[in-house]
Amino acid sequence: MLRADIEVSLGDLHLDIALTADDGEIVALLGPNGAGKTTALRAVAGLQPLDGGRITLDDTPLDDPATGTFVATAQRPIGFVFQDYLLFPRMTALDNVAFGLRARGHHKTDARAQAGEWLERFGLADHADAKPRTLSGGQAQRVALARAVATDPRLLLLDEPLAALDATTRLTVRTELRRHLTTFRGARLLVTHDPIDAVVLADRLVIIEAGRITQTGTPAAVTTRPASPYVAQLVGINLLHGRANGERTVRLATGATLTVADPLPGLDVAVAIRPQAVTLHRHPPEGSARNTWSTTIEGLEADRDRVRVTLDGPVPITAELTPAAVAELELAPGSPVWATVKAVDLTTYER
Amino acid sequence: MSQRPTGPRRAPQGRTPWPVIPLAAVAVAYVAFPLAALLQRVPWSDLGSLLSRPLVTDALRLSVTTACAATGLSLLVGVPLAWVLARTHLPGRSLVRALVILPMVLPPVVGGAALLFAFGRRGLLGGPVYDSTGFLLPFSVWGVIAANTFVAMPFLVLTVESGLRAADARYEDAAATLGASRWMIFRRVTVPNAAPAIIAGAVLCWARALGEFGATVTFAGNLQGRTQTMPLAVFLTLESDREAALALSLMLIVVSLAVLVPMRDRWLASVP
Repeated sequence: MLRADIEVSLGDLHLDIALTADDGEIVALLGPNGAGKTTALRAVAGLQPLDGGRITLDDTPLDDPATGTFVATAQRPIGFVFQDYLLFPRMTALDNVAFGLRARGHHKTDARAQAGEWLERFGLADHADAKPRTLSGGQAQRVALARAVATDPRLLLLDEPLAALDATTRLTVRTELRRHLTTFRGARLLVTHDPIDAVVLADRLVIIEAGRITQTGTPAAVTTRPASPYVAQLVGINLLHGRANGERTVRLATGATLTVADPLPGLDVAVAIRPQAVTLHRHPPEGSARNTWSTTIEGLEADRDRVRVTLDGPVPITAELTPAAVAELELAPGSPVWATVKAVDLTTYER
Repeated sequence: MSQRPTGPRRAPQGRTPWPVIPLAAVAVAYVAFPLAALLQRVPWSDLGSLLSRPLVTDALRLSVTTACAATGLSLLVGVPLAWVLARTHLPGRSLVRALVILPMVLPPVVGGAALLFAFGRRGLLGGPVYDSTGFLLPFSVWGVIAANTFVAMPFLVLTVESGLRAADARYEDAAATLGASRWMIFRRVTVPNAAPAIIAGAVLCWARALGEFGATVTFAGNLQGRTQTMPLAVFLTLESDREAALALSLMLIVVSLAVLVPMRDRWLASVP
């Protein structure tokens, strides 16, 4: 179990946060760029010494400025997946994965044999001899993950593991990453600026703004009850629960059904929808959006330069519009509207 | 796509500012013309017999072996020095860098004299060593290597340092998170990632050592077969045996070009 009280001053950033991550738990640090998420991760890895506070892993102190304790990065039982993976460019995928085992004293043939097994587990057996630059983004990420877990670390750290991928591969890699992460036994700490990544991958969210924690809780708790307008803006995603009803259809508890673009990952699923992806109309819309329903407006709430519109009815979600659009549609509480969401804008994951 | 490109666009051929081409041509001509003038005096018909004379073959063999040895020595200590300059925050780094670059701008004859005062028979270190072991660095093949290393190493250090600065140090962080010791990181990550710069630095160092004259003649003398490298042989024969001097010069030009031309692209190629 990780306990980290992190105090670091770095230029304009003054990071002061307290984190915990239990074995088997996936914790996501979510926040805007420059909030200090990556610095927190680097501190846990020993790449950024603490100015104050204390980091322990399984009750072993790793960094404690008060007592002068500092365990060097190489001696910490951690695995680290970097934002752009940082696979060693002159080594094959196999040698990249074997590197950590070699560093921890395994014999060359033994290290390579184990690395081969890891690549196979991650579906990369055919790419063992490939140089990193020939791998796709998703493959490179799996090699990086295999490299990080091959040394059997107690704690896995992931810095923006999906940021280097383009939008289309991101969807499939995210589902895959979730599957791989759940097989890891230790604690996992994940940094992302993307709320969808956070709710799909994590058991618990920690929202960091300007070096401070502003909210923490399960994805459902944080998204349904954002502690501040800022958190609402950041993680104000609609999360709906339902059951698979056919290969690409989800039936919600209210009886409404939603159509998704990709085959569902399981029976019991959660659906995430960004408020920006919901469009509203005064008249039955024409067009290709697969999910269209009629409902009434429950409430409107101004949030900076946007208006958050909560919808009543069978699909209880929030839409985000510009004030101009709200005026043009003459929206008010109780107004009847048509809502549409494209199938590709629904992100589903197994609960 | 109707979107306009926002980044800087490459200037098409017609956009080159007009004075650039003729001025660039003058620069090339200024280097090429004297070399061409030299080449047109080369006695091509007698070249075979000229190049097989002991004076020439001895000088060629000595030059190539001592340049290789000096490059090897420079790699051994110069790459670690470049790493220290690029990756540590030791106080006095600027002073160390200035000191190491000094032989690049110093007249080589001053370097040769300094080497004599350090390693000569009555030198600061050379004296005690000679008195106790009888070993004398100057006026031997070791003296040639010492002089070459002194003058050529800065080229390697500077090139490798800039290569290390350009390389992404986060790969070293990645290696550390995998449990690698500092030595393993240096050996398996830092050096391979800086390989293009190290190769380029070694080539520049080798080419500079091959052409070294001033420090060598001052510190190692001009003894055929022992310390007389090609530049020294050229200087010696220029007055007495002009045809041999031309043949030696041609050899120097050919050998240097043969090393520099293929390396140019490798040097410019990006790392991964």
